[in-house]
Amino acid sequence: MTPERRVYKRDVIIDVTAKLMFPLTLLFGLYVMIGTGGTGGGFQGGTILATAFILYITVFGTKTGREKMPESTNTFFSSFGLFLYNGAGWLAVLFTFGAAQWLNMSAFWPVADYVGTAGARSFLVSYMVSVGIGLTVMASFVSQYFDLAWKEEDEMEEGGEG
Amino acid sequence: MQLVEHFPVLIVGLSMFTAYTMLLVGFLDRRLPYYIALIMNSFFFILSLFILDYVLTVGPIRYWLGGWRPPWGIEYVVDAMNAYLLIIVISIIILGLIYSRSNVKHEIEERKHVTFYVLVQLMAAGLYGITVTGDLFNMFIWLEIASLTAYALIAVAGGRALRPAYNYVIMGSIGACLYIFGVCWLYAATGTLNMADMRLLLPLLYTDKVVQMGFAMIVVGVMIKAYIFPLHLWQPDCYTWAPSTISSMMASVHVKVMFYILIRLFFSVFTLNFIWQYIRFDILLCWLAAIAILAGSIWAIKQSNLKRMLAYSSISQMGYLLLGLGLSAFSYWGVVGLVAHILNHAVGKGCLFMSAGAFYQKEGLRQIKDCEGLGKRMPFSSAAFTIAAASLIGIPPTAGFASKLFLILASLDAAQYQFVVVLLLSGLLNLIYFWRVIDKIYFVKHEEATKREVERRGDGLPFSMLGPMLFLASLCIVLGFVWLSDLSTPLMNQILANLGVGGSL
Repeated sequence: MTPERRVYKRDVIIDVTAKLMFPLTLLFGLYVMIGTGGTGGGFQGGTILATAFILYITVFGTKTGREKMPESTNTFFSSFGLFLYNGAGWLAVLFTFGAAQWLNMSAFWPVADYVGTAGARSFLVSYMVSVGIGLTVMASFVSQYFDLAWKEEDEMEEGGEG
Repeated sequence: MQLVEHFPVLIVGLSMFTAYTMLLVGFLDRRLPYYIALIMNSFFFILSLFILDYVLTVGPIRYWLGGWRPPWGIEYVVDAMNAYLLIIVISIIILGLIYSRSNVKHEIEERKHVTFYVLVQLMAAGLYGITVTGDLFNMFIWLEIASLTAYALIAVAGGRALRPAYNYVIMGSIGACLYIFGVCWLYAATGTLNMADMRLLLPLLYTDKVVQMGFAMIVVGVMIKAYIFPLHLWQPDCYTWAPSTISSMMASVHVKVMFYILIRLFFSVFTLNFIWQYIRFDILLCWLAAIAILAGSIWAIKQSNLKRMLAYSSISQMGYLLLGLGLSAFSYWGVVGLVAHILNHAVGKGCLFMSAGAFYQKEGLRQIKDCEGLGKRMPFSSAAFTIAAASLIGIPPTAGFASKLFLILASLDAAQYQFVVVLLLSGLLNLIYFWRVIDKIYFVKHEEATKREVERRGDGLPFSMLGPMLFLASLCIVLGFVWLSDLSTPLMNQILANLGVGGSL
């Protein structure tokens, strides 16, 4: 006895809502990441960015989602986010020739000259560190979602061995 | 600020950087991650030598991350103990990586190679992080990184490794939960997460039930991670079915770093005064250790699987470390034995797991009864196995003898003579279970072996596997002389001073 495969019909309301919500969710995620201009918000913003992609995948199916967001892109983003975050720390050391500590943003003179020490701190934390964390979190969440969703489809095609 | 002071954070930060770079580079060529990891870890090894030199000549490194002042910001503190452990961890990771070159090809399917090396590098980053940090919450973050990657690395072989890995996930998560709960309780009582700051604030609160409860929770949580005797149940299966490289790395350094958390907790967050005056925990620890030593050895005797026997032997050896920790409340020789045994066991057990992996790779044997005549078929691996086993038994010219001697001196100094009996008895038990293997290797003839002996000289293994194994085996002998000579005295005195233990060698 094989389980009955239910085929969902495409629903215009769901399609249009998802398409409309997708950019708005991305924008909101970006606002959470960099809008506050201070520490924090990287993880939350990244999660919101990931929900946009997860919504897209849920509505249009894993195959379409895979074409839009392949695994190599996920890997790139998760690495790139860490490079941004970690690199911001190293830039602080490099720009001061080792006089300032890792991630000591107030010593980041190329920015600090223009906006002041506190300004440099908040600028770099929100635009580099938070964005870096956000990208990594987003890529990791999407990748995990794919792992779960993809697996299930594979198993269904093979007849559900697991 | 001196350049050396950047090195701890350079090691940790660059490790993460390297791991993610390897993930990207893996798309270009599957062999590249191995070389990148090897080069970067060798670089870290050189840096860690500079750190040790600085720590011994100038003093502890205190590094304020992001320039925030310590009670509020995260601080990395490296004193003699950290630097010593950091060198051990980095060198074992390098040797494990060299060993993995051909071992991984044999035990792990090709498509997983990139992620395997990335996970190894991430685990290394976690271990380095735990070693250099001076902040309890930051330590939790690195603890999680080191543990999560360890779960995945045990499961990477698939098949029979999956169930033990899942057990480990459950037990390890409970351990991490208890650790973080304990830290939360301490934070609730003191309002700080910095170890040095907490050490200053805690003495007024030593009778506080919240503080004592937090201490108990952290100890139990870390004990699960470091498989101290009653909490060891996840460990034997994991070490048996994990890839040999991972068994060797985890038994040598992963568990040492987990144990190091206990050392920091006892000596740098709390004081020995708290342990032996307020909660009377020291003698309990000693008895727990005695049971662990004997029970681990007895279980090891009745195993038929070689790697499983080594896993139980590890449980017994963790008992030695715990005994050293317990006895350090009475005598500084306990700390000396503990510190010496961290290195001796890392070297010895790493070598044993590597040779067990070599036996499996070349002859496909996992059971002890199949080891017949291996001394003829694989002379170098068998020799390495025998020397490392001799070190763990504690036969005089080897390293294990020195640490057992220190522990016996500690028991005598503390007037706890029952532990001398336990140590001598456990040496005998160690001899029994290692002799079962050595007897099979050298003194039982194998019919096919004599035929094949003519065809093949040496082990038939690549140098990348034999090299690390033989290096560790020779280190077992060299360290035996180093510990008993004056060479290690400056380091040991510095460690004793940094841990706040009176007395010097």
